[in-house]
Amino acid sequence: MQRSLLLKPEKCTGCRQCEMACSFEKERSFNPARSRIRIFDLHSQGRFVPYTCTQCAEAWCLHACPVDAIQLDAGTGAKVVHANLCVGCKVCTIACPFGTVNYNADSGKVDKCDLCGGDPACARSCPTGAITYVDAEQTGYDKMRLWAVKTDTQPHAQA
Amino acid sequence: MRHVIIGAGPAGVVAAETLRQHDPAARVTLICGEAGPPYARMAIPYAMAGKIQEPGTWLRQRDGYYDSLGVDLLHDRVKAVDPATRTLSLAEGGALSYDRLLIATGSSPARPDVPGLDLPGVHACWTLEDMREVSAQLKPGTRVLLLGAGFISCIILQSLVQRGAQLTVSCGSSGRMVRSMMDETAGGMIMRWCRAKGVRVLTAGRPKLITQEASGLRVTLDSGESAEADLVIVGTGVRTNTGFLAGSGVAVDEGVVVDPFLQTNVAGIYAAGDVAQGLNQCTGLTEVHAIQPTAVEHGRVAALNMAGKPTPYMGSLSMNTLETLGLISCSFGLWAGKAGGEQIRVVDEARFRYLRLEIFDERLVGANTVGMTNEIGVIRGLIQTKVKLGSWLERLRRDPSRLAEAYVACTQGVAAE
Amino acid sequence: MGWTGKFLRVDLSAGTVKVEDLNRDWARQYLGQRGLATKYYVAEVDPKVDPLSPANKMIFTTGPLTGTAASTGGRYSVVTKGPLTNCIACSNSGGFFGNELKNAGWDMVIVEGKSPKPVYLSIENETVEIRDASDYWGKSVWETEHGLKALHQDPLLRVASIGAAGERGVLYAGIINDLHRAAGRSGVGAVMGSKNLKAVTVRGTRGVRVKDPERFIAATIAQKQVLADNAVTGQGLPKYGTQVLMNVINEMGAMPTRNFSAVEFEGAHKISGEAMHEPRATDGKANLVTNGACFGCTIACGRISRMDPGHFSIASRPQYRDASGGVEYEAAWAMGSDCGVDDLEACTFANFMCNEHGFDPISFGSTLAAAMELYEMGALTKEQTGGVELKFGSAEALVKMAELVGKGEGFGLELGQGSRRFCAKYGHPELSMTVKGQEFPAYDPRGIQGMGLTYATSNRGACHLRSYTVASEVLGIPFKTDPLVTDGKAALVKAFQDATAAFDASGLCIFTTFAWGLENLAPQLDAACEGEWTPEHLLEVGERIWTIERQFNLAAGMTAQDDTLPKRLLKDAAKTGPAKGLTSGLDKMLPEYYQLRGWTPDGVPTAETLKRLELA
Repeated sequence: MQRSLLLKPEKCTGCRQCEMACSFEKERSFNPARSRIRIFDLHSQGRFVPYTCTQCAEAWCLHACPVDAIQLDAGTGAKVVHANLCVGCKVCTIACPFGTVNYNADSGKVDKCDLCGGDPACARSCPTGAITYVDAEQTGYDKMRLWAVKTDTQPHAQA
Repeated sequence: MRHVIIGAGPAGVVAAETLRQHDPAARVTLICGEAGPPYARMAIPYAMAGKIQEPGTWLRQRDGYYDSLGVDLLHDRVKAVDPATRTLSLAEGGALSYDRLLIATGSSPARPDVPGLDLPGVHACWTLEDMREVSAQLKPGTRVLLLGAGFISCIILQSLVQRGAQLTVSCGSSGRMVRSMMDETAGGMIMRWCRAKGVRVLTAGRPKLITQEASGLRVTLDSGESAEADLVIVGTGVRTNTGFLAGSGVAVDEGVVVDPFLQTNVAGIYAAGDVAQGLNQCTGLTEVHAIQPTAVEHGRVAALNMAGKPTPYMGSLSMNTLETLGLISCSFGLWAGKAGGEQIRVVDEARFRYLRLEIFDERLVGANTVGMTNEIGVIRGLIQTKVKLGSWLERLRRDPSRLAEAYVACTQGVAAE
Repeated sequence: MGWTGKFLRVDLSAGTVKVEDLNRDWARQYLGQRGLATKYYVAEVDPKVDPLSPANKMIFTTGPLTGTAASTGGRYSVVTKGPLTNCIACSNSGGFFGNELKNAGWDMVIVEGKSPKPVYLSIENETVEIRDASDYWGKSVWETEHGLKALHQDPLLRVASIGAAGERGVLYAGIINDLHRAAGRSGVGAVMGSKNLKAVTVRGTRGVRVKDPERFIAATIAQKQVLADNAVTGQGLPKYGTQVLMNVINEMGAMPTRNFSAVEFEGAHKISGEAMHEPRATDGKANLVTNGACFGCTIACGRISRMDPGHFSIASRPQYRDASGGVEYEAAWAMGSDCGVDDLEACTFANFMCNEHGFDPISFGSTLAAAMELYEMGALTKEQTGGVELKFGSAEALVKMAELVGKGEGFGLELGQGSRRFCAKYGHPELSMTVKGQEFPAYDPRGIQGMGLTYATSNRGACHLRSYTVASEVLGIPFKTDPLVTDGKAALVKAFQDATAAFDASGLCIFTTFAWGLENLAPQLDAACEGEWTPEHLLEVGERIWTIERQFNLAAGMTAQDDTLPKRLLKDAAKTGPAKGLTSGLDKMLPEYYQLRGWTPDGVPTAETLKRLELA
């Protein structure tokens, strides 16, 4: 059964344990700047929003990649950057309308969430349950997912 | 049903994949005009720089990919199209019939009218074969002169420097760099950056003459200024590849003219990618958009229509990203602004950081950025979904770099305050 | 590992920046942050230095666990000599600045000299520049922070800055980072202002590494669970913040009220943590919007508040309609109970002022409370206050005075000199509720006896955070002691002081100690840092830190005479509540404390003690 990250801003305290867990998982150091998940601190609203790739079905990044470096992991549904193939052209970073693919100048490649192969470190590290990894159907797929549909000007066939 | 796709760039390959998915019974032939597997021109600079090997430029890198997909990959070129008989005549002498045809032939370098362009040592750097030729002549210290400072030139600029070339760039009569994608401030910043990194940039006039001297090739500009080089690379612009359509009745303007379903004026013939003159969602006009995301979207939509699933094309968003010697710049949409709109900009010349937002009716319609990489995609999101910025507009006026926060705040959540 | 091993030395007089290697022997002896920076400070600075002179230095410092996944690992401290106290000052702050500094690759930044013109220090990983700040001088902390982020075009830039209070010499001016986290006490912001240093901006993307990653992750996960399972750190603090204490302390008759003239405040519940949750009659919304965490903190005690848009104070300040940092217990007490003010919105307004203009709400509130007492007794007149009736209980006076101190002008600047100097000026030094020139926090030493000794002996002047015996005397952590007795408190205070110093040196937050002892800290440090880190070693490090702070203060001219409390607490008994009839039993505790510390009866560490601590 496919699962997905469920992000609940109302439970988030903005502690960034997820950013540390993510960067540690991917870079072996605690480096929020390299995290694939980011907490937005909407200070004036007193609101913290965990934000990362929804692994959207449209997969703008995957389609935009000129060298097939972003591929679907059939097991998790994640769109995964294969660093050995990525040339660092950054087209995916401008193609993703959510801004969840970022260029890393140190590696010369792009970074995005890959769901850690099915056991996301961010969800494991979240102390408040703001980030959970749950059955994709059960989530009803969350506001960001709804937005993904709204964002989709990429055409669907008129059945 | 037989689908034939002319051109194996990103539009063609994505179209082939989409057809395979949506019309499993049909035969799909992909005609590839160059030797070897379909590859991405976008990746050429990285191969030239040595960051990847040639196979790293291939659009699909899995072994036996096209066979396993069930797509016939045909290496040939199309000489002519006959819509009456639904037949293509091929350069190697054969003919090929089709039921539905996709024109995805892309574009080629435009050759400026400059005497001396045929001299040995003057090259384009457009195909993998061009890259091989140029690459073979590059050594540390080789003097290279790039004719043209548009996107096509700038994208290989970094690779040439990484290979140790002693580089000169001639901007032509405009005196600007990447002027089709960046405004004067951003282009100026890129130029200053390149100069600081040791690239000579000529801004005084267009090339008039190339001559072979004892010590190398001499390029003379109409201002009288001249520069010498071992190698001249022509990157002054591209033209759509439509010559083979002469006499076919397929309408061609700047590129192949298409309707909202990416079909040409001839029934059963479609066009996609750099060769097609498709809808620009920002301007409402049809334009040739030689960019990867548009090519891919075109390929997908054209294929759906060819497979009998009527799908209108919503229009593309022109956008681009460029890295010049480590300085990253991007352009989106109507970066030069829209009449009656508002500009928000912040410039830090000392640190080479620039952000220009174009707002119309409380919505983002275009942007230029220099030195910004985090969450850059939200610019596309904001433009394409026409997010109303509300109270965030005032915050962006004070600090436009809070774009991503504005996007998240306006889309994730609580109603705008 | 743990440490980056590098620090910056910035000479503002010369306009130079140097990179130096961290002294690893000192790191072993002093761990980091409060400890290690204090060691550098006392080794380099003349104890007699005028705190506001160019000869003084200030150190922004992280700990080895700052920037790691250890819970609360986001702290930094500012170490200098405090202008309020003329003692060693070490002010600790949370938020996100500390992590950013560490992630930029720096354990510390030593700032020396004085810039000829206003500047800010820009740190982007290895790129460190002293940049012109003329455009920001005179601007508030909030304007400065927003402005510098816009200038750098980087929303993730972290900024620590001062407001007009720090620029103009308010002696309890703080340094504010992330809009509402403060290195708040002892006037470290005034030192920054005296150097013409408006702000430090940091962006760090280098990553923080630890010695044994697997063991470290396991240790931090286990210790986070301990925090989650603890009633205080797992429930009380997230829900009510430190404000969980307002009603508790009031009920035990240890709530200093109206400048310590009473020990119970009748309006406490109106400004309590519980009240922050209740919908307001005016707009139906609660003062509290949410709780918020500092970097890496799994407790999340921070208060994010939104003011009542109809409150009288807010009319001219549209920026105060947005959510921002709400009152902590100490602030609510100082500006509320101690001034007799029971208006939560006014306290929130004043708290926003403290954050926006960079001054300490504890010292401000306490100084105002003293001024109110002076006013009510006639020692201060309406002419002198600029026409404001400085009466206990006046929310208008609180709001007005917060604005004046924030501007650092006129009567505001007088109040900005702190209660000791203010009361002396108006002829009643005995009304200043201070030790070593620093104002008390929110626990009456008559009702919580251990806190009397805590205040009297604190190296940075009156402070609750140097040995928070409230934990034991009120909450029963790690064991319950009777708050009304002095027996055993000397040992309790010493143990808390030493353990606290070790926590303050680690990069973690002292609030973890509601659930953790050194045995919880040690395995995390041991997995992160070179060397062996046991609870015993940490206790020794803590005692060593305490001792060098003491030595600095003694060399600066302080004596045992300064380890005392105001007469009001020693002579005037509490009139009501459980502590009725009690005064502070400091005289019973202090000699025993000196003895336990291995100090002479004059409060000077003996040669033997120094030798034991490798200090001689």
